Amino acid sequence: MATTFTVNGKPASTDAPPDTPLLWVIREGLKLTGTKFGCGAGLCGACMVHIDGKRAFSCQTQISEIAGKSVTTIEGLSSDSSHPVQKAWLAERVPQCGYCQSGQIMSAADLLKHNPKPTHDQIVEHMSTNICRCGTYQRIVRAVERAAREA
Amino acid sequence: MTKHIRHADVQMSRRQIMIGAAGLSFAIALGGRSGAAIAATTAAGQALSPWVSIAPDGTITIMSAATEMGQGSMTSLPLIVAEELDADWSKVRIIPAPTIEKIYGNPGFGGMMYTAGSNAVTSYYKNLRVLGAQVRRVLLDNAATKFGVPVAELTTEPSVVVHAKSGRKLSYGEIASFAVVPAEAPSILPEDLKKPSQFRLITKDVMRTELPHKINGTAQYSIDVQVPGMLYGAVVHSPVEGAEPETFDEAKVRAIAGVVEAVKLPYGVGVVATTPWAAFAGRRVIADSVKWSTKGEAWGFGSDKGLELFAAAARNPNVKSTDWFKLGDVRAQMPTAAKTVEAEYLCDYAYHAQMEPLNGVASVSPKGDSAEVWCGTQSQTMALEATANVLGIGRDKVTLHDTLIGGGFGRRGPRDMDFLIDAVLLSKAVGKPVKSMWTREDDIHNGRLRPLSAHFLRAGFDGSGKLIAWQHRLVGDRVTPFADPVRYAKAGKKDFILMLGADAKGYDVAHQLVEQVYEDTGIRTSPLRGIGFTANKFTTEAFVDELAYKQGIDPVQFRLGLMSKAPRAYKVTQRAAQMADWGRKRDGRGLGIAYIDYSGTQVAAVVEISLERKSGAIKVHNVWCAIDCGLAVQPDNVVAQTESSIVYGLGLALTERISIKDGAIEQSNFYDYIVPRNSDVPPMHVEVMVTDNHPTGVGQMATPVITPAVCNAVMALTGVRIRHAPFTPERVKAALG
Repeated sequence: MATTFTVNGKPASTDAPPDTPLLWVIREGLKLTGTKFGCGAGLCGACMVHIDGKRAFSCQTQISEIAGKSVTTIEGLSSDSSHPVQKAWLAERVPQCGYCQSGQIMSAADLLKHNPKPTHDQIVEHMSTNICRCGTYQRIVRAVERAAREA
Repeated sequence: MTKHIRHADVQMSRRQIMIGAAGLSFAIALGGRSGAAIAATTAAGQALSPWVSIAPDGTITIMSAATEMGQGSMTSLPLIVAEELDADWSKVRIIPAPTIEKIYGNPGFGGMMYTAGSNAVTSYYKNLRVLGAQVRRVLLDNAATKFGVPVAELTTEPSVVVHAKSGRKLSYGEIASFAVVPAEAPSILPEDLKKPSQFRLITKDVMRTELPHKINGTAQYSIDVQVPGMLYGAVVHSPVEGAEPETFDEAKVRAIAGVVEAVKLPYGVGVVATTPWAAFAGRRVIADSVKWSTKGEAWGFGSDKGLELFAAAARNPNVKSTDWFKLGDVRAQMPTAAKTVEAEYLCDYAYHAQMEPLNGVASVSPKGDSAEVWCGTQSQTMALEATANVLGIGRDKVTLHDTLIGGGFGRRGPRDMDFLIDAVLLSKAVGKPVKSMWTREDDIHNGRLRPLSAHFLRAGFDGSGKLIAWQHRLVGDRVTPFADPVRYAKAGKKDFILMLGADAKGYDVAHQLVEQVYEDTGIRTSPLRGIGFTANKFTTEAFVDELAYKQGIDPVQFRLGLMSKAPRAYKVTQRAAQMADWGRKRDGRGLGIAYIDYSGTQVAAVVEISLERKSGAIKVHNVWCAIDCGLAVQPDNVVAQTESSIVYGLGLALTERISIKDGAIEQSNFYDYIVPRNSDVPPMHVEVMVTDNHPTGVGQMATPVITPAVCNAVMALTGVRIRHAPFTPERVKAALG
């Protein structure tokens, strides 16, 4: 039976088994490959998306849980890289290999949506959900601070 | 119109130029592989691949010869060409170079296409500048003819040739539409190149070319590749190198909806399915049911016991060793020393943990006589050769599409390209394109590790307190013979990936001896960011600290006292100490310093730590780092790479360890292989010390200084030296007693 939901404002459906991780449906079914596979265990945050406006590990979200819900991926954060977090990410030259950065940006956008003026410690705590193996952490914090300032 | 390229002797002064289909194209070989014809045209005279093309609309296309894995070479190398070409950077388009070694090969790796060792900029720098200058000269000569003026009266502004006397100008695009190209490229002398004061791009920060794609999900890694008709594959590899699959529950795998094929491979069992979730379901059944043969060296090996044996061999001079590095005569001088100091250090296995789990995409023809592959690889040369070898076909029958890499750190460059071969063999088995993906658990279990090592050091002082002799016996798993047997053979069977950094480079010690006790435990090993330096500099820089304490001299002053013949080493060490305000005592905090000469790049760092005695947990509060990499082609990227190297070093220093039980890796995911998170990272203060030396590497140079700096800081704070890395809380607690 197909599961229907919304991705980046557009209707989507999948006939993947109910326990299939949303991640693989987004990436391979819907071909939205900006959302990344990193650990498959909710430990690294590379797969971070927004579900009904809150960040969620798409690798830990089963298809059975998302019927009727609204999913936003990095591709839907803005149509032209104009989200304040994306702009700040470029201004602070955050990415290196870039693989984790979709997830980092989705986490940061989630933070600022719910807490537009976070403290330094709040930023560090929130962003510690996401691993960056290139170690861009110092720039990530700077970029979130910039996005909060310039949003 | 294509002007055929003549056979070339490939000297710097005799380069080759051709006119391509659209405007000007320049195909020029770098480096001196004498007698080699340049493969810049096909037999039919068609342009194959130029370094630089200039279109009539002014667009300048420059090839990027290095793999981009976060280090920035995709921008830095073309920028070097653009500098001497005096190109308008906004009109430059960068595309990855195809695998044509004669044109694009890395001069630092014998002409292979291989991005490693943080050497892309340093190896290509000189040749790319000359190439850019040659292209500019051709443009100038053509403009001179057009204007009817001597070429000496012409200058360039970005992408424009200017005749100041008459006020006339010609854009590079305009010139490209009429230019006549000489059969041989003009010769460029060193004095024809720009002086650093004339640089418009080098030493000025530009936006990295691929960065805008990395904030909106459009950057493409090989895991993102999708080709028509593609199936999904997963492979369970043998836990021990050499073991073969004997049985597995094939019926149960085939019963999974969507599974197309289950196939035994020489080293594992693969499954191919119509969806990734079906492939992963098949992978679970295989992992739960597969039985392995007992072939392979590593069965029975355990890292705890293994390290004890390594340590015993390190301290026992009767265990056979080979001399890796000799300076002076330690064997004669050590016995004359008035005072000797001995110490032992141990270092655990570590895993790369690049964020993109390994993967590959392959489409092997139904007959198996050709293949198209997609993968992120640090070596295009090796990817083509590994595919061709496993299929038993010519390299020319393989087409490679290489992509961005989601973290390399050495793992994407093994000679056998294990992750790509999974896809090749599965595609061959089903006759369709296959994307093969490893789970994180696969990525760790199939890990190729920074080796386990034990170190015994001895130093000798003469009667006046001068350090005269340095001896280091190193026992560790062989790396180079496993990771890259070809380069191992070419290097005269020198295991440089294991051994580099074990000497006392930078310090004035007249007699040095580094010995290797060769160990082949059967464990899979690899270069890992910082290669041998990570374990060896932990050892040597902690030992230098011990020597300072033994002599009753401040560790910074002791180092500076040994650096009289290495002024750049002296300066970075002095600067890092100044940045940290080294002399200032701080309550409950300890400072530690370490220095490294890494392939010419000079790095010194000071870390500030505190320690919770009850748990043994170390907290790092600050890192101050001075780096002299010669001329900094992209200064902000030097800072970024150094921050990155420091964070990677913190993981290796504090938490990252792989343990082996019965030959197999015990860890599975980020819950038991702990890498640094945002909250673990202290403020990092990086200073790029500008010098006009030839640019040297920056991609990993600070990683090895962190472990010894932390070790030395713990000593400063507690008076206890921790001799086994990483410094996990349990180890620290045990050491503190």
